[in-house]
Amino acid sequence: MLQFARTYTIENVSRRNLLKGFAFGGGLVLMARLLPEEARAAGMHEQQYATGSTGMPHGTVNDPHVFVAIAPDGTVTIIAARAEMGTGAARTSLPMIIAEELDADWSRVKIEQSVGNEERYGNQDTDGSRSVRHFLQPMRECGAAMRMMLESAAATRWGVDPSQVRARNHEVIDTSSGQRLGYGDLAAAAAALPTPPVARLTFKDPSEYRYIGKETVQIVDLFDITAGKARYGADHRLPGQRYAVIARPPVVGGKLVSFDAAEALKVPGVERVLAVQGWQPPGTKFLPVGGVAVVARNTGAAMAGRDKLKIVWDDGPNKTYDTDAYRAELQKAVAMPGEVVRNQGDFDAAAKSAAQVISAEYYIPHLVHTPMEPPSALVYVSDGKCEAWAPVQSPGGTRDDLAKLLNLAPGKVTLHTTLLGGGFGRKSKCDYVLEAALLSKELGIPVQVQWTREDDIRNSFYHAVAVERIEAAVDADKKVIGWRHRSASPSIITTFKAGVEHQAAFEVSMGLVDVPFDIANIRCETGAAPAHTRIGWFRSVYNIPHGFAVQSFVAELAHALGRDQKDMLLELIGPPRVVDLRQTVAKDMFWDYGEPWDSYPIDAGRLRNVAEVAAKEAGWGRTLPPGHGLGIAAHRSFVTYVATVVEVAVAPDGTISVPRVDTAIDCGFHVNPERIASQVEGAAVMGLTLAKYGNITFKNGRVQQGNFDDYQMVRIDESPKVTKVHIVPHPYEVHASGVGEPPLPPFAPALCNAIFAATGKRIRNLPVGDQLKT
Amino acid sequence: MIKFTVNGQPQTTDADPSSPLLWYLRDELDLIGTKFGCGKALCGACTVHIDGQAVRSCTLPLSTVDGRAVVTIEGLHPSGDHPVQRAWRAVSVPQCGFCQAGQIMQAAALLAANPKPTDAEIDQGMSGNICRCGCYQRIHMAVRLAATGV
Ligand code: FES
Ligand code: FES
Repeated sequence: MLQFARTYTIENVSRRNLLKGFAFGGGLVLMARLLPEEARAAGMHEQQYATGSTGMPHGTVNDPHVFVAIAPDGTVTIIAARAEMGTGAARTSLPMIIAEELDADWSRVKIEQSVGNEERYGNQDTDGSRSVRHFLQPMRECGAAMRMMLESAAATRWGVDPSQVRARNHEVIDTSSGQRLGYGDLAAAAAALPTPPVARLTFKDPSEYRYIGKETVQIVDLFDITAGKARYGADHRLPGQRYAVIARPPVVGGKLVSFDAAEALKVPGVERVLAVQGWQPPGTKFLPVGGVAVVARNTGAAMAGRDKLKIVWDDGPNKTYDTDAYRAELQKAVAMPGEVVRNQGDFDAAAKSAAQVISAEYYIPHLVHTPMEPPSALVYVSDGKCEAWAPVQSPGGTRDDLAKLLNLAPGKVTLHTTLLGGGFGRKSKCDYVLEAALLSKELGIPVQVQWTREDDIRNSFYHAVAVERIEAAVDADKKVIGWRHRSASPSIITTFKAGVEHQAAFEVSMGLVDVPFDIANIRCETGAAPAHTRIGWFRSVYNIPHGFAVQSFVAELAHALGRDQKDMLLELIGPPRVVDLRQTVAKDMFWDYGEPWDSYPIDAGRLRNVAEVAAKEAGWGRTLPPGHGLGIAAHRSFVTYVATVVEVAVAPDGTISVPRVDTAIDCGFHVNPERIASQVEGAAVMGLTLAKYGNITFKNGRVQQGNFDDYQMVRIDESPKVTKVHIVPHPYEVHASGVGEPPLPPFAPALCNAIFAATGKRIRNLPVGDQLKT
Repeated sequence: MIKFTVNGQPQTTDADPSSPLLWYLRDELDLIGTKFGCGKALCGACTVHIDGQAVRSCTLPLSTVDGRAVVTIEGLHPSGDHPVQRAWRAVSVPQCGFCQAGQIMQAAALLAANPKPTDAEIDQGMSGNICRCGCYQRIHMAVRLAATGV
């Protein structure tokens, strides 16, 4: 049991919001949604359901022979195959699911990190808030199968019928004689058995859970992290290794012309200066951009050497990229009709008949991830083999990219996933590992490449800048009868392919076309937005700009129509129902986060419910001190429903502080409430950072920021004072969805809605910066 | 020649006196618990103690530690059970964990100098340490727990 006051509560779901039509399994089954005890009685936890895991490379694996090893002393070793970047999913929550069904004693469980190998472990790409969503079922199956193998081995040993033996807390018991054997005693015999087929597996009744849904387990790396023993990307050492930093082209698409290393080579400890091969996007996936590497006996010397390099670059085609000018281009794009991606009813007719048309335009700048651990990797290429230690979100993908780069068979490449000091999407691109491989191959020694913070901020794959314009047609009864949302933002696909100017299906489906509002006439369009830098995933991705615009605009409508923000939001969401977009969204432009629609439909009732829970818990409508305001926002992303109420305090000089945040999250069946709470608490801080400060700007193709002095992070003294997390519980039947990303998008709009409530000043352009300063 | 101690062990080096202490700790002594986050004394990931004071090792020239005692996260407590480390575990502070060694070293120095800080003093004392994962609420709780037992 944790000893501290919990930062979260588990909310009761009220029957009022429950939806009658509920999708389940392979087809739409109409049934009343069940309360937990009813679901249990119905045996729902025994049933399988479809997830998007089958559409992911290498799918999932559930075989205990792959994931579980039991030693003669009873120690259970569970393999963590996905990357651990701080959510707790990879190394704690997924193994916890195995341990639960295996009925293992958690204090006798050890976690071992796998190498990158998707053929063996299934998909390892830790991204998209998918770990628990895709691996809950296979990990349960894995644990249950191992348990049944132990039971079967014990029954054979005792010569009794398997039905009379039971595994319980690391022992198998013969219920008739009372004799017992520890898991260690049965390990060898159990491991020799074939894995039982899924159809034969039985699962624990959820009422017997000891770990799932409880707060009995802390993260497995807690001691090592707090003792300074946890190992991240730069923390492995090989004999004879050298340390390298690289000067990269300051403009994406630029190339090295020449360099002079004379002064750099005079720095004590610097041994080599050499050009590194580079590729110019688009179409180069995660290949590095090249540059000049300084290789030294320690990292500090390599950095000092790099400062002394004289380099001439050819800046290439993006040398005029200027975010001020680009913003004007995007504004022009949303001022005219774009590509229609959703068309329901007739917005133009609605606008013509409307009593008033209300509109607003929002700007959300480029952002960069700045995980606390800047990219780094240690790679040794020798004797036709490659061994790497790297903090990567996609261990299997990185192994394959290394193999391709080095022209080796994937079996010749060993990729050890270290802990990630944060990822947030940056480390789903393995360019820094490929750089170390190129250098190691060239020099014949192990090379650790270290990115500085400046490298991280100036040579990244940036979160897309966006201009969003929304218009609402309102009739004489102040009812919203039409909604048109135009979004202009460069697509991530631009990094992979030339000639792309519009957002792709997976991008428009993050808060643009999937707006679940009960409005008759809805039209969504994308404007042209060619990219002039590398665009990449950032935690929550396009949900940030789309969600900011939509949720800010709802509050703007409320103000214009003399309504309460929360009431307006609930009215627009409308009654509990499945919002089926498949008819109104342009062909192939709707993407339900890669999930089968029947398993994860858009459920307006669940969105309403989180908004109501957050509002209730926050004391919506309460009297506030002067200068304070409350704002609300609700957003579905990664098939999870989140609503946030922010209380802001705006000082007379315009300084903002956040006394309190209440976030309600409905992620379906939940596994690890303590880690869910930590993700939501963290998202409030990241949300405040992006709202207050987040702004990457380009001039002459170059990023103008470089470190935490000009790309600021919220610190402890300005972070939300209290963040309360309210988890909406569900039985197993309501499929687990995802937690890493969904809490982020509602924060910035809730904050700006609160600022408006406090001051009457509407923030339409992020970041807030000094817009409130007086 | 620069002479100093690290976690009680005497060290002598003729390394470049202008080079930052951080890289000597990490790359020469393999004390990898001290982290690199910014290199400009902006984030606190590299915090160590020098004669009991919290210092950013990423910008501290080796020459300035001559004759002094350096303590890293590895040397904060022989078994890793300093009251601050224990409080950090009781509150389950970390997410990714990368900033936490620096946070813990900062908190330990703060409490050594001011055993009963107010909430505002905790915020002020810890504001040089960034946590990108956003664990601040729990960091605050853990510092308070280490200071007061609650
Ligand atoms: S690395 Fe020293 S303060 Fe950031
Ligand atoms: S725990 Fe990740 S940066 Fe603090």
